[in-house]
Amino acid sequence: MKISFPIMGNSYIAFKQLIRDIGHEPLMAPMPSARTMTLGTMYSPEFACIPFKILMGTYIEAIEKGTDVIISSGGHGPCRAGYYGILHQRIINDLGYNTKVIVFDSVIRTFGDFVKKISWLLDEGKTGWWRFATVFHVVWDKLMALDEIEILSFHIRPYEINKGETSRVYSKCLEMMDQAENRVRIREARDACFQLLHSIPQDKSREPLKIGVIGEIYVLIEPFANLDMQATLGEMGVFTERGTHLSNWTKDNMFMSRHQSRIITAAKPYLRQMIGGHGINSVAETVLYAQRGFDGVIQLAPFSCIPEIVAKGLMPKISRDAGIPVMTIFLDEQMGKAGMQTRLEAFVDLLQQRRQKRLGGAVSW
Amino acid sequence: MKLKIGFPRALFYYLYFPFWHTFFTELGFEVVCSEPTNKLSLDLGVQETVNDACLPIKIYHGHVAELKDKVDVLFLPRMVSVRKLDSEVFCPKFLGLPDMIRNSIEGLPRIIDDKVDLSKGFYPLWRLSFRIAHKLDRKGWAVAAAFFKANKAQRRFSAYLAQEVPAQEAIYAVIGGENLSKSVEIPKPDVHLAILGYPYLIYDAFINVGLLEKLAQMGIKAWTAEMVPPDRLEAQGKNLPKNLFWHFSNRTMRATFYYLKEHKVDGLVHVTAFGCGPDAMVDKLMELESKAHKRTPFLTLSLDEHTGEAGVLTRIEAFVDMLRLRRKGNEDLVSYHG
Repeated sequence: MKISFPIMGNSYIAFKQLIRDIGHEPLMAPMPSARTMTLGTMYSPEFACIPFKILMGTYIEAIEKGTDVIISSGGHGPCRAGYYGILHQRIINDLGYNTKVIVFDSVIRTFGDFVKKISWLLDEGKTGWWRFATVFHVVWDKLMALDEIEILSFHIRPYEINKGETSRVYSKCLEMMDQAENRVRIREARDACFQLLHSIPQDKSREPLKIGVIGEIYVLIEPFANLDMQATLGEMGVFTERGTHLSNWTKDNMFMSRHQSRIITAAKPYLRQMIGGHGINSVAETVLYAQRGFDGVIQLAPFSCIPEIVAKGLMPKISRDAGIPVMTIFLDEQMGKAGMQTRLEAFVDLLQQRRQKRLGGAVSW
Repeated sequence: MKLKIGFPRALFYYLYFPFWHTFFTELGFEVVCSEPTNKLSLDLGVQETVNDACLPIKIYHGHVAELKDKVDVLFLPRMVSVRKLDSEVFCPKFLGLPDMIRNSIEGLPRIIDDKVDLSKGFYPLWRLSFRIAHKLDRKGWAVAAAFFKANKAQRRFSAYLAQEVPAQEAIYAVIGGENLSKSVEIPKPDVHLAILGYPYLIYDAFINVGLLEKLAQMGIKAWTAEMVPPDRLEAQGKNLPKNLFWHFSNRTMRATFYYLKEHKVDGLVHVTAFGCGPDAMVDKLMELESKAHKRTPFLTLSLDEHTGEAGVLTRIEAFVDMLRLRRKGNEDLVSYHG
């Protein structure tokens, strides 16, 4: 059976293997492009958020390539993402396709349903649960390794001497990870990638600005949605860090981790209620970045994203209290690379000046 | 002098005000409402609120800004959920509303922002009422008595709504003990429209530029979600594979099914606010459903702070003209999609 899935950052490398190893044929939809966006925008509700539209486009492209089933993740609100699956299915049917969208909701809250869907997939692929467990373990390792490599690339990019070299090495790394298929190989490939990245010629004397990137998970992780913002910043010589990666998000969502309880505490003075999506994370991470001495924070959110609007409403106060400049960028299908670049440059300039003033002893905020 | 408690005339006012009004009045407080939405509340709201918020949220900020100097305590409950149903809550903006208000409006009086979460525990509303009363230094039997009276008022209010009384009039009738002013009888309406959407859009005549009134003048009978018998409304839940996460959205969606399946109307009008998150989903679902049910004509009316009377009127007129044409049997002439 041909199975397709949404593309989100570099995670497709891991999911591809998961599907192949449980006995199905992974069907990679083309990487998101202008065409994906056009298709997605055409068939999505006008005010749906940009992740919905990109996924819609990806699904249609996957269907054109002949997929039988699409796998996606769900949720229980109040963020709209939890309802994507159902609406996508309705729209796909309305367009006259009969491709099935299988949505995996929370394991804990809908355990029976979760198990039923997995076991259906395994039956179709003639795989047992034991095999699934092993495969899952391998894929999980791969996901972690991919995230570690990505994080390292963000750390190295602001120091690179030859502009663009980190991005080149990074894409080579992704290829290497794609080839690695068992745990030993994955570990080897990861170490090799680390070495490759570390061997990029760097100028360690630089003191890059530090910017924390916060916001909604999909636009944070998928470079197509945020116009590759983190790499752009890196090449401008800015050290960036973001709180949300797929591996730590999955962990946080499965159990109430220490990180999550720290988030709730940090957000308390401003927001006392979980509002779905990543609203509370955005609020708390801004506070935490300020405490860690970052120079600024950029909030990325899809246009009309409800939790992020609430978070944005709280930002002026947080920014004043914590003494950290915050810029919010709402992303939609009209966003252009040049517009983004200009805003980033202006923001970085301001931060640069602010830092110099601060070093000179004149503290503004 | 009595303590003045402020209640903004926006959002959940249109469904839950009779309860809180009766409750506070019985406890010996004076409840002060903001004026019905007007240019001032809109301007204040636009000024105070984060620019990406939707119109109703801006209006709510406006009402709060208008009230803040007139009262001793502001009652801004954090609406989380009002019943046990899957993971149904209110829109995330409602959940974060007291925090947004507190962080964007300066010079606020004392705020009571207790969480209204009726999905957990035993007798949650009873306990919530006692908690709030306790904060205002009221204890014991008086609170219990006020609670029962408030409940009764709320039931009377629901009954009025079900009898097709407009929300604002029903509120006045319940809290003021006024008799219902006989609403203008429409001489045998020839077109029946389901006007669906959130109560704070449907019943706020300023936001929707007098939509219901205009419909009545045009000889159109408007049916709203509140006119659906509650048990019939809940019964429609089975039509969706998964409930939506938002209380008002579920009501709207269920009312859609009711008017498509059980109480046939000539057309559906979805009244929505520009940039409303949940409505992006609801609107598409409604469109697909009305298409699936014999291609019932469907119109989306999107409202924002620039909505003008003429614009809304033109769209409604065109829609109704189309319905009348369609009825005459000229079906080939007309687009089905409104």
